[in-house]
Amino acid sequence: MLSTQSPPIQTRTLDNGLTVVVQPMPWLRTAAYTLWLPAGITTELHGLSEAQLADTEFLARRDGLASLTCEMVQRGAGAYNSRQLVAAEDNLGIDSGNSAATSVAGYSARMPADSLLPAIELLADVVRRPHLPGNQFDDAKMILRQELAAFQDEPTQRLMRRLRERQYGPYLGRGGYASEASLEALSMDDVRQFYTDQYHAGGSVLAVAGNFDANQIFDSIEQSFGDWKSGKRPALPSPAPIDGNEHIELPSSQTHIGFSFDSIPYGSDDYFVMRAGIGILSDGMSSRLFDRVREQRGLCYSVWASTHTIGQNGAVFGYAGTTPARAQETLDVSLREIQNLADDLEQEELSRWKVRIESGLIMEQESAGSRASSLASDQYQLGRVIPTEELEAKIEAITLDQVASYFRQHGPRQFRIVTVGPEALQGGETLA
Amino acid sequence: MNELKSTTLANGLRIVADIDLRGYSAAVGYFVRAGARDETDIESGLSHFLEHMMFKGTARRSAADVNRELDELGGQSNAYTSEEQTVYYSSVLPKYQDRMVDLLTDMLSPSLDADDFATERNVILEEIAKYEDQPPFGAFERVMECAYGPRGLGRRVLGTTHSIESMQVESMRAYFNRRYRPENIVLAASGNVDFDGLVAQAEKMTQHWLDRPAPTDLAGDDLSTTPEGIELTQHLSVPDAAQSYRVTLGDGPSMQSPLRYAMRLLASIVGDDGGSRLFWDLIDTGRAEVATLWPQEFTDTGALFTYLVCAADDMDSNVRLMNEVLGRVARDGVEQSELDQIINKTVAGCIMQSERPSNRLFGLGSRWLCCGDHLSLDELLDAYRGVTIESVAEAARTYLGQSATEVVASSAEPQSNLVG
Repeated sequence: MLSTQSPPIQTRTLDNGLTVVVQPMPWLRTAAYTLWLPAGITTELHGLSEAQLADTEFLARRDGLASLTCEMVQRGAGAYNSRQLVAAEDNLGIDSGNSAATSVAGYSARMPADSLLPAIELLADVVRRPHLPGNQFDDAKMILRQELAAFQDEPTQRLMRRLRERQYGPYLGRGGYASEASLEALSMDDVRQFYTDQYHAGGSVLAVAGNFDANQIFDSIEQSFGDWKSGKRPALPSPAPIDGNEHIELPSSQTHIGFSFDSIPYGSDDYFVMRAGIGILSDGMSSRLFDRVREQRGLCYSVWASTHTIGQNGAVFGYAGTTPARAQETLDVSLREIQNLADDLEQEELSRWKVRIESGLIMEQESAGSRASSLASDQYQLGRVIPTEELEAKIEAITLDQVASYFRQHGPRQFRIVTVGPEALQGGETLA
Repeated sequence: MNELKSTTLANGLRIVADIDLRGYSAAVGYFVRAGARDETDIESGLSHFLEHMMFKGTARRSAADVNRELDELGGQSNAYTSEEQTVYYSSVLPKYQDRMVDLLTDMLSPSLDADDFATERNVILEEIAKYEDQPPFGAFERVMECAYGPRGLGRRVLGTTHSIESMQVESMRAYFNRRYRPENIVLAASGNVDFDGLVAQAEKMTQHWLDRPAPTDLAGDDLSTTPEGIELTQHLSVPDAAQSYRVTLGDGPSMQSPLRYAMRLLASIVGDDGGSRLFWDLIDTGRAEVATLWPQEFTDTGALFTYLVCAADDMDSNVRLMNEVLGRVARDGVEQSELDQIINKTVAGCIMQSERPSNRLFGLGSRWLCCGDHLSLDELLDAYRGVTIESVAEAARTYLGQSATEVVASSAEPQSNLVG
């Protein structure tokens, strides 16, 4: 069991729909917040007509809008211009950042505990009262252009991005980078419209963890966010997977191999049973992929698989990078390990995974930042936070039979494969 | 509160711990003075290759046992190799301290089996290939080679495809006996640590480390040659690169230099991501994807790196802008308000960083290994708060105005040399 009882999590939903989750961690010297707004990448498609959604050129002209809004929002807010904002945060020791993910725009920061109250006021300035200065719009677009170029130079990122697009389809699997078309087309009005429509309290989550007094924080959040406008959290688009494999030609030193298959989302009854199986496959140095692909055969340096959830959709994504001569064998061995997972599971493998998870849960208490992000993620995805004790009990209760029978029944039927490198590989067709 | 304890065993092994019994975890690590700069030409890449082989089993454990036990203890365990040291570490729940120390200590007496060596060679070659595909496509290694020469600090940590392919297991065994001697090693721990238990266990388990065969004299490298597999051109051609990557390396303060705190703050004022001089001039305006600089301190010398990433067509104008920023600061120093702001930011960063025992371990162990001293968190914060505008100006005059070695990785043809 946990070495201490974790302190109580308190949740309040403001009248405008902002859910506030706080967990005091009085043994720390720091605090952290995570704000999730339903203004992520898929929100770029919100409100579009059927005809617009079917028009890929139209959609490309909106690429990167959620990220561009994040970029513009931090260029001055409330009483501060952008330099003053950075100075105010630096002087308070606030380390903040924002980014657009698939379904949310995330704003998070960590700081010495004393700076939490002013940090929340600054956050309210940024998301509620941004200046959105038109004279900096071209600079912000140039930043997105730089990010696009950086992305193009990272074969692994290109690979995983394309794989996600195929796994979830062009809408749900939409990427966050700008495109040449959108860098041409997007205007300041688009950003203002997106900000006005999508930045609001409704369906948003603000999580705070660290050393503070819970009542004081609730009061301060009520004061800073209580009169923010409300709105609806837009529904996620439906998945529309693209079947088959894809090869992207690149004269790289390694062949980069990505594979994915359908799975279940976080929050499903069987989620942790499935997660245990993927853990046995990929968590740690005695995991099957690491041991059997890298350690025993020396086929690669990096190989892994991990679970992924968007809304009610789940998938497992995997990666291996290896020189072309060994690439086909690496792919074959990796996929075989996944398909045969249920055949020879051992109790020891499950026990090791459980210790790993338990240690992770205890060590999470050393970091306000990682705690705040777990709170936000649970609350946003599940509508509640799974208390650490409950999570631990769930993990503890998993049996080897459950893992084996889950993978026998729901193991991958088909792999989607994307490769980047000098030559294409074989495999991934529908499995018997 | 934190308490620093240290001792030296009869065999020469040094042990140091930064103890905080309120912690939820204990971090332990072995810090070994075995890095790329300790290698000869035929040993190039051995420190790092050896780091991999430490996970391949001992007299008491098979390779599978080692990996299995690391996972059974549920911690975060890993290892890394640099120019100056190799580090093996783990952070675990305090109840597993004894078992983790047993495992890490045993791992430092590896079997170095010839078959495992042959298999692992492939993993190392894959690791080299992996970095060849990643930005900045070898520019950091190349600038070190060009600045320091291909030996010493300029030696590639991973070695080259050539050196790894031709490596002999006998060379590895000899290198191990030469470098992994108790006087070259520090055992460091931080967090919720049982110090007496740690010392007793290490004393018992490392006694035989003294029995390792004494090193024989090494044939020195022929300094008139360039090691095979090494190129020293300052332009790296990357045919499909979307961006250009420029790295420069000049002198910086060493781990002993009194200017090192001023230099770190200066580098933040000039090059931090978000709010520095280079940020406002080159990043916020979208001219470059990256424009930064940072000092790297070695035992007896130091380096100052600058790094610029942008479209090839914009490289010349961005280099000019960057040099203007550096030149202005070298000439005029910085504002007191800038220094105050960066001290506040840095101090807060240190406090946040120090919360996890595992984060405290690395500074503690590396510093104890090279210099035999340690600053507590509060002493470190005082060191930053004590930096004056004059010392920052001195660091700027000394290190920003100098000439530096430049390497560019790009799909474009080499540009005219603008370093100055």
